[in-house]
Amino acid sequence: MKVLVTVKEVAQPEDDFEIAGNQIQEKFLEYDLNEWDDYAVEEAVQLKEENDEVDEVVGVTIGPERSEETIRMALAKGVDRAVRVWDDPMEGGENLDAHSKAEVLAAVVEEEDPDLVFTGVQADDSSLGATGVALADLLGWQWAAVVNQFDYDLDSEVANLHRELEGGVEEVTEVEAPAVFTIQTGINEPRYASLRGIRQAQSKEIAVKNLDDVGVDASAVESRVTLQEMYEPESESDTEYIEGGAAEQAAGVAEVLRDKGVAE
Amino acid sequence: MTVLAVAEHRQGELRDVSLEAVTAGRQLADDTGGDLHVAVISGDVDAFAETLAADAVDTVHKVDYGDEFNHDVYTQAVEQLYESVGASKLLIPNTVNGLDYAPAVTGRLDIPLVTDVVDFDANGQLTATREMYGGKVETELDVEGSEFAVTIRPTEWEPAEAGGGADVVDADVEIDESQIGSTVTGFEAAATGDVDLSESEFIVSIGRGIDEEDNLDLIEDLADTLGADLGASRPLVDNEWLPKNRQVGQSGKVVTPDVYIAIGISGAVQHVAGMKGADTIIAINTDPSAPIFDIADIGVVGDLFDVVPELIEEFEG
Ligand SMILES: Cc1cc2nc3c(=O)[nH]c(=O)nc-3n(C[C@H](O)[C@H](O)[C@H](O)COP(=O)(O)OP(=O)(O)OC[C@H]3O[C@@H](n4cnc5c(N)ncnc54)[C@H](O)[C@@H]3O)c2cc1C
Repeated sequence: MKVLVTVKEVAQPEDDFEIAGNQIQEKFLEYDLNEWDDYAVEEAVQLKEENDEVDEVVGVTIGPERSEETIRMALAKGVDRAVRVWDDPMEGGENLDAHSKAEVLAAVVEEEDPDLVFTGVQADDSSLGATGVALADLLGWQWAAVVNQFDYDLDSEVANLHRELEGGVEEVTEVEAPAVFTIQTGINEPRYASLRGIRQAQSKEIAVKNLDDVGVDASAVESRVTLQEMYEPESESDTEYIEGGAAEQAAGVAEVLRDKGVAE
Repeated sequence: MTVLAVAEHRQGELRDVSLEAVTAGRQLADDTGGDLHVAVISGDVDAFAETLAADAVDTVHKVDYGDEFNHDVYTQAVEQLYESVGASKLLIPNTVNGLDYAPAVTGRLDIPLVTDVVDFDANGQLTATREMYGGKVETELDVEGSEFAVTIRPTEWEPAEAGGGADVVDADVEIDESQIGSTVTGFEAAATGDVDLSESEFIVSIGRGIDEEDNLDLIEDLADTLGADLGASRPLVDNEWLPKNRQVGQSGKVVTPDVYIAIGISGAVQHVAGMKGADTIIAINTDPSAPIFDIADIGVVGDLFDVVPELIEEFEG
């Protein structure tokens, strides 16, 4: 049995950043493994560790060469090998069309032929929250979004899981494999990469493929959604800032609290 | 240009976002000069339809199949209704369940999807407004073509007035049971624990800015000194540093205290969903561009490890 996990390298702006055109300037961005994918990787690796029948965990990413550093993190945490898809038509800003991204991932899934796919609920940068389910439906597979408890029965090929709904309510659901699960934070405790894991990751394979290699037409990665403008949102409140050093700021807060009558 | 909006319900209750979807749907229909159709699928569709038959709506379609949300049922029903009413725009709540079928149904209809939309302008081509980078920036996205779907962020549109003169009809929809591959077997509520933050009048809430579990003592100290209840953002609960009943936000508690002090919390939408109803919001954060300052009444740009000890001192006297 094989498990596939999608991983994305996400950009986070530093505290002070500047926008040029419709992008945050590159020098203000820091890159990391998407938080949700960290949990998806852990879920996949645990499934393998707990079941001899699981032979392999394969990571898949869409991203430029820079993202290999992040992919190695996933390899260091127990993913066996990775596939990275990238091509010229994909340069020039993130594709914000989830279906188009799913198209590329689906091609890799078809080639790898896994039994289960884990993705994160969303990516921390674009927060579309749609790619995993779009992928499942494109494959004609089952799925579950926002999974925060997961148990897979290898004999019946049914996943017993919880979906985390709003307001502290969880839905208990059974899903037939093959299926895609979008994994929510908190479902497990993602491990830190051990030194040994990091060393091993250096010799693990990252297969680099272009659109031709995976059999996707360039027109499929043309986004129907284009980013026109990016700006810092206007404040919805008239925030009153308390200036000064820490002591003055604390005194200012104390005054507000006394004023509101919640503390003396 | 017909708009199809989809309502949402859970455990016998229509969720608030349904009437917000009516308002947003009306706006979209007005922008594009068309009718607004609303779909209500599964559960007590008769009662739900009565509420949804607002004056802003032209027709409510009932799909009487099953009790609770099932993504296969929703995907099939919405796909068929979209075709049969001749819709060219689809509007779905941006909720955990909305995101469990919107990507599938738009895939089948082959129309583009923009999620978590906070505003749009559909006079001509669609321009949708949504956030990126955890709310640090807002973006305007142009969507190609005249057919599209959006999922709308809850509480961004006013709810439409319930009930009214809209037509209510039984939808002509065939659900293929062999295409249902998931079964909802029940619901579980998170443990309530020792305090119910939804009752609290004063909350000191801590986020990932605390950095390490050992540092939590400082915040517990502050809460004790002030006589406030302790709340937290999700990562602290995910890490099991604090129990689930302390989590404020979309998947935790919705709180409405007189005062909410957010310390080392960035202000992600799912957190804000749980605390924006507080009377006075005080934010302490090192990052002047943290989105929490967009909703705070009182802002302190500073390091919690400097400010909090001073604040404790103020009240220990
Ligand atoms: C389906 C779904 C449901 C979710 N439900 C919830 C929910 O119910 N509740 C919730 O909270 N989140 C929820 N989230 C997660 C949410 O998206 C954010 O990831 C989370 O709220 C971030 O928590 P944070 O603000 O503590 O951390 P971060 O975003 O990492 O922010 C930490 C902040 O601390 C500041 N900081 C760092 N050091 C210091 C210092 N020394 N002094 C002062 N400030 C400092 C930083 O500037 C930063 O702004 C949900 C997400 C999804 C997808």
